[in-house]
Amino acid sequence: MCSTCGCGEADVRVTTPGAASDAAGHGHGHGHGHGHDENHSHDESHSHDHVHLEQDDELRTHTLELEVAVLAKNDGLAARNRAWLAERRITALNLMSSPGAGKTTLLERTIAATDRAVSVIEGDQETLFDAERIRKAGARAVQVNTGAGCHLDATMVSRALEQLRPERDSIVFIENVGNLVCPALFDLGELRKVVVISVTEGDDKPLKYPHMFAAADLVVINKTDLLPYVDFDMERLTVDARKLNPLVQVVPVSAKTGENLDAWLTWLT
Amino acid sequence: MHELAIAESVVSTVLERTGGRVSVVRLRVGRMSGVVPDALVFCFELAAAGTALAGATLEIEEQAGLAHCRDCDTDFSMRDAFLLCDCGSADVELLSGRELQVTSVEVV
Repeated sequence: MCSTCGCGEADVRVTTPGAASDAAGHGHGHGHGHGHDENHSHDESHSHDHVHLEQDDELRTHTLELEVAVLAKNDGLAARNRAWLAERRITALNLMSSPGAGKTTLLERTIAATDRAVSVIEGDQETLFDAERIRKAGARAVQVNTGAGCHLDATMVSRALEQLRPERDSIVFIENVGNLVCPALFDLGELRKVVVISVTEGDDKPLKYPHMFAAADLVVINKTDLLPYVDFDMERLTVDARKLNPLVQVVPVSAKTGENLDAWLTWLT
Repeated sequence: MHELAIAESVVSTVLERTGGRVSVVRLRVGRMSGVVPDALVFCFELAAAGTALAGATLEIEEQAGLAHCRDCDTDFSMRDAFLLCDCGSADVELLSGRELQVTSVEVV
């Protein structure tokens, strides 16, 4: 938590590896109230109830109907990200998985194999490791370190896009924090959500983490080169994922050997 | 622990709309929303501490999952997250259960 105002965004750092201003430091200014949103221009359509409340001092308590979505602020900002990306014909994909499922390796392969310009927003609690890997693979990347946070949100992605400045008609991969729970809830403004699951994790993940699989547009099953060594039933995973999400597509690949990578690249285009 | 982020959103949502003179905050949480009510109550206390909402009570109304089967044209309650009708069809539309809303507050 933030030591200055106690808000949860405190530890978030957005860093471009290799850039002079690596130490972006404490990202959000203070004196912003608790809005967590430095740009207030996207105001949702809430009324100004507080104006009336100040005249109601004599009343004891009364019920004020609000009926407002808890994540309205995030969703509003996500919608802004989505519009910004669409104007530039940028395809943004939100990649989610457990830690170690192979998201970064898949991206390294993808960068080498695709003709379209690619840039990456890397989400991790700490370190610049993944952004450095992406940079070495030949694409631009910014690292978002969430500190204690277990997922990216639309504000972090908005800040990352400002630094990343992706070019028109390009692909932006948003590599979410490795976690099969929380990222499912937060709209970032992406076009599609992709869940990467590796065969070493087991085929029971859709049943254990239904929200993640229910939210996905595509499930990539990675590390198929290890299938001979593990008990992983591709059919079972596919059937369970479709029980949660009847239209979800499933693509098995090995990011390590490149096996079936074409199916993933075809889906991308 | 996304409940903390959600609790912080509840606090900022209520503060923006009320100025904080609030004794009770009421939420509607769908069973398919991915949010654990107990964890949210715990996190709300942390998120509200030090703000004008400190000490306010969080009341959660859970919303059951309700779905409609297009094949047999019936509505049914969801026992789990599977979008499957007892008739065997997966052509099912979720009608409720993903809610995550501040419904009302009690203003002092």
